[in-house]
Amino acid sequence: MADTRKENLIDGATGPWEVIVGMEVHAQVLSNAKLFSGASAAFGGEPNSHVSLVDAAMPGMLPVINVECVKQAIRTGLGLKAQINRRSVFDRKNYFYPDLPQGYQISQFKFPIVGEGVVTVDLKEYSFDVGIERLHLEQDAGKSLHDQDPDHSYVDLNRSGVALMEIVSKPDIRSSEEAKAYITKLRTILRYLGTCDGNMEEGSLRADVNVSVRKLGAPLGTRCEIKNVNSIRFIGQAIEYEARRQIDVIEDGGTIKQETRLFDAKSGKTRPMRSKEEAHDYRYFPDPDLLPLEVSEAFVEDLKKVLPELPDEKRARFMSEYALSAYDAGVLILDRASADFYETVAKGRDPKLAANWMMGDFFAALNKTGKDITESPISAAQLGELIDLISSDVISGRIAKEVFEIMLDKGGTPGAIVEERGLKQVTDTGAIEKVVDEIIAANPKQVEQVQTKPKTLGWFVGQVMRATGGKANPDAVNALLRQKLQVPEEV
Amino acid sequence: MAKSEIDEATVRRIAHLARVKVTAEEAKSLQRELNGILSWVEELNAIPTDGVEPLTSVGGAKLHMREDVVTDGNKPAAVLKNAPKSEDGFFLVPKVIE
Repeated sequence: MADTRKENLIDGATGPWEVIVGMEVHAQVLSNAKLFSGASAAFGGEPNSHVSLVDAAMPGMLPVINVECVKQAIRTGLGLKAQINRRSVFDRKNYFYPDLPQGYQISQFKFPIVGEGVVTVDLKEYSFDVGIERLHLEQDAGKSLHDQDPDHSYVDLNRSGVALMEIVSKPDIRSSEEAKAYITKLRTILRYLGTCDGNMEEGSLRADVNVSVRKLGAPLGTRCEIKNVNSIRFIGQAIEYEARRQIDVIEDGGTIKQETRLFDAKSGKTRPMRSKEEAHDYRYFPDPDLLPLEVSEAFVEDLKKVLPELPDEKRARFMSEYALSAYDAGVLILDRASADFYETVAKGRDPKLAANWMMGDFFAALNKTGKDITESPISAAQLGELIDLISSDVISGRIAKEVFEIMLDKGGTPGAIVEERGLKQVTDTGAIEKVVDEIIAANPKQVEQVQTKPKTLGWFVGQVMRATGGKANPDAVNALLRQKLQVPEEV
Repeated sequence: MAKSEIDEATVRRIAHLARVKVTAEEAKSLQRELNGILSWVEELNAIPTDGVEPLTSVGGAKLHMREDVVTDGNKPAAVLKNAPKSEDGFFLVPKVIE
């Protein structure tokens, strides 16, 4: 179990409390077909159109496992630095619900395909490890709609039988912030691997969150499980609310009952599920329709060989290859598309300047337009060209921002924009000197002031820049002004 | 054998989990029958099995795998054919309250 991190403690009436969180994340496997049938695993579709007779659990239909789902689970296990179990077993988890036509879910109980692993999570102030307990493969259920008719529920089996990976963490998380950072990191890893699209709105990634509280150094408290939280923000809210609720109950002399709770996004609160719904007795037993899943060492090795560069590796490489700070590198590798974009921009250019542009104006522009990097109005090549214009002193940083706005609004390459609009920087000292002389002559008062207050030199710089439409080379302007006004270089 | 004797409450519990309605009379006879089956199966306990791997396949068969290709689906009419009630391509079931 991870150490106590004092910054995360919650104040109660009787002193500080520690919140302990573990998560079970359901990640939908990216595959064409379902786990045990040849029906499509694609999201959406007309009701019951992505359904084979296997998914509808017609008598006599037998499951046949999709090899790609097995590969995806192993790839994910490798990405979680986890033990790959070359022999695993499918079990039946028995319960009744109308969107589960088999009357059981095929899952893995005693022998999961992936064992213990670890995810390193970075916050701005510190990093911590979350242990992975296991990852197993299982079937998703169908979908029930309850609001279509007063007497009936509507059932669509399109999701029934789609492959899920259940990724179970150890109780190594100590705050809502840590929980949010963990699921974000997990999602980044899954997306890098291409094993899950991580789309929480469509339900491809959802979490059951286990929360308990304890006094420092005390044994673990009784936990409550909050089911099916489907956004990162809600995970944070659910933990905050639940921890505070448990502390209040205990401090008022009550005890925590182990139970399953639901998070209500509207009120931001959790509430208990009906006790009837949690009277679980799943009576797991090995599915007699499926032999144990055995994979060879070569099968695993082949997957390992072609594993893409993972987020942690990419970050380390960005730090050493481009001399970026841990934080900058961490932001740039958050998704693979951004990392690839950055590498195109940085190639053969000043990597720090490229990082600043991407994390500043570029990300801000994407945010403002609500666009994903893959649909960016400015290409990596164009941003690179803009940086080239700055580096070769064709335009100043200030003009570059102007050009960037034009690229964003009207499109076009930076070179053409600078040419068309005559935005080239004036580096001709004679031309700048003429303007400098004019401004000095016109402002005797400020000339007097700058002798005692050298900082007011900035005012002159501003005047010259304005007079030249921002096109004068700032370094040249500075040098000329210092020389003429006899203001020494700052040390 | 006494150790796996099941009582009437257990019979009722199993019936409930299986969503099977059982009368008091039926429960009694089921209890008798289940205990009969269990004591018969428990004769196997006499065989020493220490260090013997559980047998999962007689012919040494391996789990067969399919390629990740969509080969099925797009037949909602067939899927819904035996449904007592359906509408707009959905199964209709008695209202399930969350």
